[in-house]
Amino acid sequence: MRHPTAAAELADRLWQAVAGGDEYAAVDLLRKAAVDGADEEALLLEVIAPVQRKAGDEWAAGRITVAQEHATTAINERVVATLAHRAAAPGRHPARRGRVTVGCVDGEWHAFPARLVAEVLRLRGWQVDYLGARMPTAHLVAHLHLTNPDAVLLSASVATRLPTAHAAVTACQAIGVPVLAGGRAFGTDGRHARALGADRWAADARGAAAVLEAGLARPGPAAIRQVADDLPHLADQEYTMVVQSRAMLVKQTLVDLETRFPAMRGYDDAQREHAAQDIAHIVDFLATALYVDDPEVFTAFLTWTARILEARHVPARSVALGLDILAEQLREFPRALVLLREGRTAVVDRPTRPTRPVPGPHLPV
Amino acid sequence: MRTCVPPLVSSSPGTSARPPDAGHTVGATWTEAPCPVLVVDRHGGLVDVNGAARILLPGAVSGDWLHEHVPSWLCDAHRRITDGPRPADAAPLSGPIRERHFEAHPTAAGDGGVVWWLVDDTDRRLAEAALTDAQTRTEILSHVSSTLLSTLNVPRCMEVTASMAAEHLADAAVLVGPAKGWRQSLTYAVRGGPVSQVVQMVDVSGVPGLTEALQGFPPVPARWINPDDIPDWVTPDGFAGPVGSVIVAPLPGHGVPAGALILLRSSTEQSFSEGEEVFARLFAARAGAALSAARLYSEQATVTATLMRELLPPALTSVHGVEYAGGYRAAKDHERVGGDFYDVHPGSDPSQDTLVVLGDVAGKGLDAAVLTGKIRNTLHALLPLTDDHQRVLDLLNGALLSSRHARFVTLVLASVRRRGSRAQLRLTSAGHLPPLIVRADGTVEDVPSHGTLVGALPAVTAHTVRTVLGPGETCLLYTDGITEARGGPLGDEFFGEQRLRRALAECAGLPAEAVVERVQMLAAQWLGAGRHDDMAAVAISVPRSGPLTVLNGRAGVSNRRST
Repeated sequence: MRHPTAAAELADRLWQAVAGGDEYAAVDLLRKAAVDGADEEALLLEVIAPVQRKAGDEWAAGRITVAQEHATTAINERVVATLAHRAAAPGRHPARRGRVTVGCVDGEWHAFPARLVAEVLRLRGWQVDYLGARMPTAHLVAHLHLTNPDAVLLSASVATRLPTAHAAVTACQAIGVPVLAGGRAFGTDGRHARALGADRWAADARGAAAVLEAGLARPGPAAIRQVADDLPHLADQEYTMVVQSRAMLVKQTLVDLETRFPAMRGYDDAQREHAAQDIAHIVDFLATALYVDDPEVFTAFLTWTARILEARHVPARSVALGLDILAEQLREFPRALVLLREGRTAVVDRPTRPTRPVPGPHLPV
Repeated sequence: MRTCVPPLVSSSPGTSARPPDAGHTVGATWTEAPCPVLVVDRHGGLVDVNGAARILLPGAVSGDWLHEHVPSWLCDAHRRITDGPRPADAAPLSGPIRERHFEAHPTAAGDGGVVWWLVDDTDRRLAEAALTDAQTRTEILSHVSSTLLSTLNVPRCMEVTASMAAEHLADAAVLVGPAKGWRQSLTYAVRGGPVSQVVQMVDVSGVPGLTEALQGFPPVPARWINPDDIPDWVTPDGFAGPVGSVIVAPLPGHGVPAGALILLRSSTEQSFSEGEEVFARLFAARAGAALSAARLYSEQATVTATLMRELLPPALTSVHGVEYAGGYRAAKDHERVGGDFYDVHPGSDPSQDTLVVLGDVAGKGLDAAVLTGKIRNTLHALLPLTDDHQRVLDLLNGALLSSRHARFVTLVLASVRRRGSRAQLRLTSAGHLPPLIVRADGTVEDVPSHGTLVGALPAVTAHTVRTVLGPGETCLLYTDGITEARGGPLGDEFFGEQRLRRALAECAGLPAEAVVERVQMLAAQWLGAGRHDDMAAVAISVPRSGPLTVLNGRAGVSNRRST
């Protein structure tokens, strides 16, 4: 893309095709652009990536259904596959740098950002093993033993994946492979990547390529460590207790909400289940915030949830009430109480202007 | 050792308290002290020496000059002391005398002279040096072990071994791996330099002892070889100077030869001491153990991958204008196969039926997976007969009954053929959950096919249902692992058919991949970290609009580019 406007215009046209479910038009559009000599990396990062981002924003705003968002991703995946297929033609972009592994943390379903990174790295001459979404750590480690890459790029979009990401980071380092973390879960400034002991963090695909090009040292045996070495606050067991009592917390909160929030009494089964899932997500994010000891993880999720709920005509007041009820049940957990208090403030004092979406689990409301 | 200084004499060095004449106060005691004692006047002349000193310095007699008998470090010390009082915090004086090492403790004698008490600390120093060496080596070995144990990758193991050998044992190291056919894998490391690996044809018999070391049997000790005997390929690029000394050490594997290590030192360096040879052997033992473990692991992993390839669920694509997508999750997350299976057998041309099979063998894990492989092969062979699903099921039933497996299977057969903008389906369920169909308007329908399971009873009864999929409609075949996923916000509920139907109702018009991904994701999120059975789903979709996908669903193939 020589002109940013050309990229934006192409992205608009791609969005039209993708939103209309017209895979053929979408694929054709990008193939034509590539044949016309557009830079493939720019097509990936300045045309396809913004369209994917837009799909998430549109869903958060309640303008498309979650199923449509899946469809958008499926079509975008095929568009990327076309470009990748073109780039993989014999004689083009021979792998002349090292070998890397790209994959998502176990339980992470948002594979698209990792896919884009994988394709950008291939274009830049890396030999890439792309493992896709939700890679069980055991498989990842087995793969690393077999291929001995120069680095592994771990992607996570949803913050609740951070504890799992931590296990994956330490496992990779324990076998001498440096970890480059990326994705929104690690924070806009990569602070969670640092807290979890990742060797490096990159904000985007180009940043990741730059880190790899500068070279990453292999972690020595000193990198073999216990979880508590990185996160000493876990010694208070609050994270463990909240995770273990998740179902109980959800059940009790649901019961109490029904007594105190009259509107809920009229809910049908499906609505009740949505409410239960919302509470479960709140507990999950609370646990994650306890794990990384960062209230931002919790407050960002809550403000985002409140906004989603309002877009779907559920009053955000119920969220604040839910937090109060959780606080009553977690009286003996000082760190959790601080988080719940900060979370409540964040929901109640929420600015009305739209904030940047944090990808969360798809609340099926 | 210090206790050999007689307590009668003030041992605080440099005290200026008026010292009485040595001969009078100390009497005969100092002359019999077990350590050498020299009485030296302030000009450096020997006043007297005791018996021990005479043994140490034969020929030293009263009236000689100190510098005629002892090295300069002691003469210099003497001069400094006689020039003025020694600072209290001065380090103890020590140095060699005649191949031994001494600490020199001065005490004041009369007239500005000094009595030098020489304490032999040679043995202590040797012991300390040996201890430091041993500690360093233990540290290195422990570092070597943890670094080597952390990887099961053979090239990485060789790289680490060569690099650490060059770092701690020699100036350069060459690791010669076991032969691969006619060629040898060689890993070169020079201290402080990069490690390089090549596979090439070399004449190992050119290096004395290397052939035996590589055979691993009979066991051979590490041996010295003449640096002039080594061929050029042994010397790594970037090795400075001529080779001074060379050792060939076998790497003892676990019953399989793990290779050999050639250690090189340049001529300016000293050659290997006995302690270093022992250390090299210990190092080689650890490296050999790690390398053979890594080799064993990669051989096993290769075998497993080869056997597994046939059992893994296939990547699905579009066939003759109909989209197929599949999703699979084994019961145990560290396994990749289980008792669920699916296949799509494309018709030989668009006018022929494409056969879709999805099934579930009783049990899970590898045992069940092996049986799925047999069933998939059997069904493949029965493809020509799929015009009649009942007949296929009868034959499969017979095959299973006569096999030694006591397991049974439930499955769904779907024969699909595109006609214009629609697809005609023949669906038969044999003891399996009936497929669900999502219509373009979001209605979800059961396919009323039912039948008995296969491989348990002498006869199978099944009922085939015909239906048609319009554009944007999907037929989902799935196993009970999905509906029986236990979890949810309250922790102990089944995902259930109702939730599956609700999820599918939102999937009208979606590409097959998106439907499967949506179903898989909802079930997985429902489960959370809970235990589960094998889960499989296959979506059969007619694309919603526009021409057929020219891509042929390539995304499904390149999506998982794993080993």
